Amino acid sequence: MSPGAAASGRDTLMKVIVCLRPVPDPASRLFVNEDRTWIKDAELSFVTNEADTHACEAALELCERVSASRSEAGEVVVLSIGRDRAARVLREGLAMGAARAIHLADDDFEGGDEYVRARMIARAVEKDGGADVLLTGVQSDDLGGGVTGVMAAELLGWAHASVVVGVNAVEAGLRARRELEGGLIETLELATPCVLTIQLGINQPRYATLRGIMAAKKKEMKTWSRGDLGMAAGDVGSEGALCQVTEVRVPERDHRVQMLSGSPAEAAARLVEKLRLEAKVI
Amino acid sequence: MPSHRGIDFYHIEELLTDEERLVRDTVRRFVRDRVLPTIDDHFEAGTFPADLVPEMAELGLLGANLPERYGCAGMNNVAYGLIMQELEAGDSGLRSFASVQGALVMHPIFAYGSEEQKQRWIPRLARGEAIGCFGLTEPDHGSDPGGMETRARASGGAWVLNGTKRWITNGSIADIAIVWARDDSGDVQGFIVERGMPGFTASDIRKKLSLRASVTSDLILDDVEVPESNRLPEGRGLRSPLGCLDQARYGIAWGGIGAAMACYDCVVDYALGRTQFGKPIASFQLVQEKLAHILTEITKGQLLAWRLGKLKDDGRLHFTQTSLAKRNNVRVGLEAARLARDLMGANGITLEYPVFRHLVNMESVYTYEGTDHMHTLILGEAITGIPAYR
Repeated sequence: MSPGAAASGRDTLMKVIVCLRPVPDPASRLFVNEDRTWIKDAELSFVTNEADTHACEAALELCERVSASRSEAGEVVVLSIGRDRAARVLREGLAMGAARAIHLADDDFEGGDEYVRARMIARAVEKDGGADVLLTGVQSDDLGGGVTGVMAAELLGWAHASVVVGVNAVEAGLRARRELEGGLIETLELATPCVLTIQLGINQPRYATLRGIMAAKKKEMKTWSRGDLGMAAGDVGSEGALCQVTEVRVPERDHRVQMLSGSPAEAAARLVEKLRLEAKVI
Repeated sequence: MPSHRGIDFYHIEELLTDEERLVRDTVRRFVRDRVLPTIDDHFEAGTFPADLVPEMAELGLLGANLPERYGCAGMNNVAYGLIMQELEAGDSGLRSFASVQGALVMHPIFAYGSEEQKQRWIPRLARGEAIGCFGLTEPDHGSDPGGMETRARASGGAWVLNGTKRWITNGSIADIAIVWARDDSGDVQGFIVERGMPGFTASDIRKKLSLRASVTSDLILDDVEVPESNRLPEGRGLRSPLGCLDQARYGIAWGGIGAAMACYDCVVDYALGRTQFGKPIASFQLVQEKLAHILTEITKGQLLAWRLGKLKDDGRLHFTQTSLAKRNNVRVGLEAARLARDLMGANGITLEYPVFRHLVNMESVYTYEGTDHMHTLILGEAITGIPAYR
């Protein structure tokens, strides 16, 4: 039994909670709203944040490997914040194979920032009896803050690793590979319970099959309000937020052409230098 | 080639259950990931992407509205329709494969077969381990299937089949064919003809300019002996194959909208990005009129398809209602493709964009599963009580 399980008195070997965030479909055509504080999202279709689908797949694979090697069951629990949109991404997580879902839904949750959401996630994890691992995507497709998971780790007092590209269970906890600058990979071992933020593209998220979708209808989905989490009105939503979005703008397009003179070899060398130092794309 | 975004001008999304949306999103993602990257090459080469069959089966897309006890997904008819919509947004050839497998092979075995036949075939067909085709149309009998010439002669406890079937989707790749033939007493009956039965051959129809990513064949039945156990016991009369076609037409009513959505999405992007006379062509009134027309027709077609699905789920669907939706929504798909092609100028004729592929595909869909004319006359009879086709 893992340390996390021992601490909480659970009898499952590995419990993984995955946070799924509903975000506007990245293929949507986006328009800034009237008061220029966000996009017009009322009519958009929402999907699971892409990195979170990789996190969900990583959780399912981790539990499947643990179950296969140690003959003890793992449990993947999906968690999301918001109204109907969140319920929908949770159903997708259940259809992919998660065992049950936790839906944090309350009118007071509207607005808020990464800090508020990290607090709510931490409260929900504690209320659900803890976990061995909490997974989030590395960042969200809409806000791109990349800090929710890390803040949740701090609030829970758990170890964490960010930008994780591979994870395996080992005797002492988890072995995670994380991406560093310049293509370097760091391998580290973390004692559980811990938080990992999962990088895009590390696996091929499985489809929610039709059988999975039908099976998901019978799985448990708990819905917790602000009161259930034991949080005050001032702790959640825009009131509890540390950051407020004051203005959203569409980037101005600026086409600038530079002609590089000299021999082909010289021009190529200068091009590489510009791409590396100015554009920072190589 | 990006996936289409889905068009929801009338908040039809709100009419769908979460499960129905999830099914649609799953198939849309599958089409984006697995179909769109290669479908233009398959279309150009004239090859069916057979490697996708096991994946479609794994997702549960084959016979998805048939019961779970036969290994199917047990989805409702709206979800089934959304599957067809998304497959057709990829390519009509793939949707045709799924339609034939589910509505024209698994459905007749389910509706008219013995329990033994259901147990033997439906789970295998759902898993994609067996592929099926449906033989009704003949070289000289399309809209008039009652004139069929294929014969089934009773012979010592078995049946001997003779005849030719034409325009058979999946024909040469099929493990079984549901063949309809007239018996000695003049009744139409259905038979499960298995690949390898002596005298049963299939040859592909070449030089097609439509549905090129789909297999279309002739079936030749030359003294094919079929055991009595392969006759569909509950399928006597022309009403049976026509009932199958009604299932397939239902899916096509959704499919036409899928093709239209794919064309619309492509042409809106194109019109916004294509600059002529110093501004995007989307800023010209003639272009906007066409975009508004396509959007309007798609929205009307979506509502037709959704309502048709609800009627089918309620067991209240009349085949004339299916005719209306099939006729209308295929017209919507065809017109959307033609208008999109027009707006895209020369670029519209290449396989770099999906619109011309959809356009030529929809020319077939306009004709098969009941021609546009026949559905018009079915409606004419519903209105007047006078069958103009007799």
